Amino acid sequence: MEEFNSLMQGFVVVLTPYNIMLMFIGIFLGVLVGVLPGLGGANGIAILLPITFTMEPVSAIIMLTCIYWGSLFGGAITAILFNIPGCSWSVATTFDGYPMAKKGQAGEALTTSFTASFVGALFAVVLITFLAPVIARFALRFGPAEFFAILLLTFASFMSMGKESPIKVIMAMMLGFALACVGMDVVTGQLRLTFGSSELLRGFAFLIAVIGLFGIGEILVSMEEGLRFQGLTAKINPRVVWKTWGMLGKHWANFLRSSVIGSALGIAPAGATPASFMSYGIAKKFSPNGDKFGTGEIDGLIAPETANNAAGCASLLPMLTLGIPGSPTAAVLLGGLMIWGLQPGPLLFTEQKEFVWGLIASMYLGNIAGLIVVLTTVPLFAAILRVPFSIIAPIIIIACSVGAFTVANSLGDVWYMLAFGVLGYLLKKLKYPVAPLVLAMVLGNAAENAFRQSMLMSQGELGFFWSNGLVGTLSTVALVLLFWPLASWFYGKASNKLSPTPAN
Amino acid sequence: MQSEPFSADADKAVVSMRTMEIAVALGFFLIGALVMWDSVRLGHTWGDDGPGAGYFPFYISLIMMITAGVVMLVAALGSKAKQSGAAPFVTRGQLRPVLAVFFPLALYVLGVQYLGLYVSAALFVGLFMRINGKYGLKKILPITIVLPVVVYLMFEKWFLVPLPKGPIEALLGL
Repeated sequence: MEEFNSLMQGFVVVLTPYNIMLMFIGIFLGVLVGVLPGLGGANGIAILLPITFTMEPVSAIIMLTCIYWGSLFGGAITAILFNIPGCSWSVATTFDGYPMAKKGQAGEALTTSFTASFVGALFAVVLITFLAPVIARFALRFGPAEFFAILLLTFASFMSMGKESPIKVIMAMMLGFALACVGMDVVTGQLRLTFGSSELLRGFAFLIAVIGLFGIGEILVSMEEGLRFQGLTAKINPRVVWKTWGMLGKHWANFLRSSVIGSALGIAPAGATPASFMSYGIAKKFSPNGDKFGTGEIDGLIAPETANNAAGCASLLPMLTLGIPGSPTAAVLLGGLMIWGLQPGPLLFTEQKEFVWGLIASMYLGNIAGLIVVLTTVPLFAAILRVPFSIIAPIIIIACSVGAFTVANSLGDVWYMLAFGVLGYLLKKLKYPVAPLVLAMVLGNAAENAFRQSMLMSQGELGFFWSNGLVGTLSTVALVLLFWPLASWFYGKASNKLSPTPAN
Repeated sequence: MQSEPFSADADKAVVSMRTMEIAVALGFFLIGALVMWDSVRLGHTWGDDGPGAGYFPFYISLIMMITAGVVMLVAALGSKAKQSGAAPFVTRGQLRPVLAVFFPLALYVLGVQYLGLYVSAALFVGLFMRINGKYGLKKILPITIVLPVVVYLMFEKWFLVPLPKGPIEALLGL
């Protein structure tokens, strides 16, 4: 099979001492990032991105994706031991992970969580290996209309995926689009929304938004409860690991189901966070012990951890083949690719085979290395979390500010980071979803250009978006997803008014 | 961190959810108005060769303003919203630690602008440890010295990424 050959060649690219070293460094940094709140996956990678400017793109992406895998593994450590999710996709892990630890099963919980992460990731990587070339070939037939339709579908899927009110999803998205418009318009060369300021000429780099919203904003929100890092101790010795592994076999259905859910949501694109919640919810319905979820039920731990890793890995699939990031973290990686001069999309597979298959090969190795690293270093990271918050918090903030500055060597960006931090605090408190905002900032310009190009080609006929079977289907599905939540929201309100429920 | 001695008013709300909902939605509305104003200037209609530069931002701002208006109305007038909206957006006890991070952070960014990153980072860590951790000078001093040195070596020498410097570095000839 052709894919197998390409994969083998990818392994050749990866298996150099330098790249392997970067892999382990990346995983270690990733676990650290996953463990420390305020430095979640997207943020952590955004901060470390400028460091990679001097590296070869293959090496750089290997390190950055390993940081991603590390954070997907590591977020579970604080979730289980401290009941504090290190990243947003670890929130569901706290539901049953922490109770398990409290019952004295911390070692089992951690082993289960890491193994679940590994299984989910492996499933997604195998999926990518065989699906990616297929989708890439398919995507070569994409023109601006198809591209716009799929972007519309991407944004529309946010409406149905999250738990937030659809109106707030729209508002966050529109804000993201508006921010993306600031600066020079590519098509006409006119300056938009700069209001005469030369500072605003550059526009808003979405990396700054990520660091501000996900980093500073997260820290400000978590400060409200104060941070109590009084965690439970965990001993992972080989005996516990083997015993747990022996036990996990009978949960194969949960593993499989969660892997599929995770992969689907990673591709959708929704990302690791919605995947973990959805998987937890569905596992609760299907598990024989569903009603005991929340008290330390192992199925409740397997489900989110398998799904979030599967989603995280799978989110790279649309990114590589279509140039559409499947999660905010994938969006940051996409930004990295563009900075290194690579154009993600179907051409990447034909023009940069070494890069793509090196990356895919590294996903296999990275996840194996991740499992090993994380099983052996839990005591180390638990110890790091015992460093008092008043020392670690300023260090995290300084890291964020350095990250913000190095994006464009601009002090203005550090101020923007602060502003985005405040915005992030307000939005999170009022339950505005942040992911659509970030994705709109990343894809806004691409979507607009695709639209305008399509209109140029069709001389202003909107019907162009239904000009062939593919694009017509995409457009229709997009519109359905877009209006469905609004329609059912109105319908719900209307039927409530007509037949009022008895007062509680 | 345990609650402060003056916990009597720690649970007192600084501002209600409803007020903040309206305030933030108003913010969205105003941003939308601003964007709409600029997009009309740029030309928001459909020209000969497709939409003008202001077309996209115009409709974005329109949608933003409509949805923000809905949120404001629901928050102000909705019956269910009145109940849940009375809950505090943030209480004094919650806001205090947030501001205890925010103000040093703002000062830090100001410092980065004028004193360079290394000096500001040192001062920031020291100030933070003092205010939030109540550490003595003996514990604070080593960290405030080691941190900038480590960051300097990591970024200037290893990663070769220059960070903002101020007058002190100029004096030291760095």
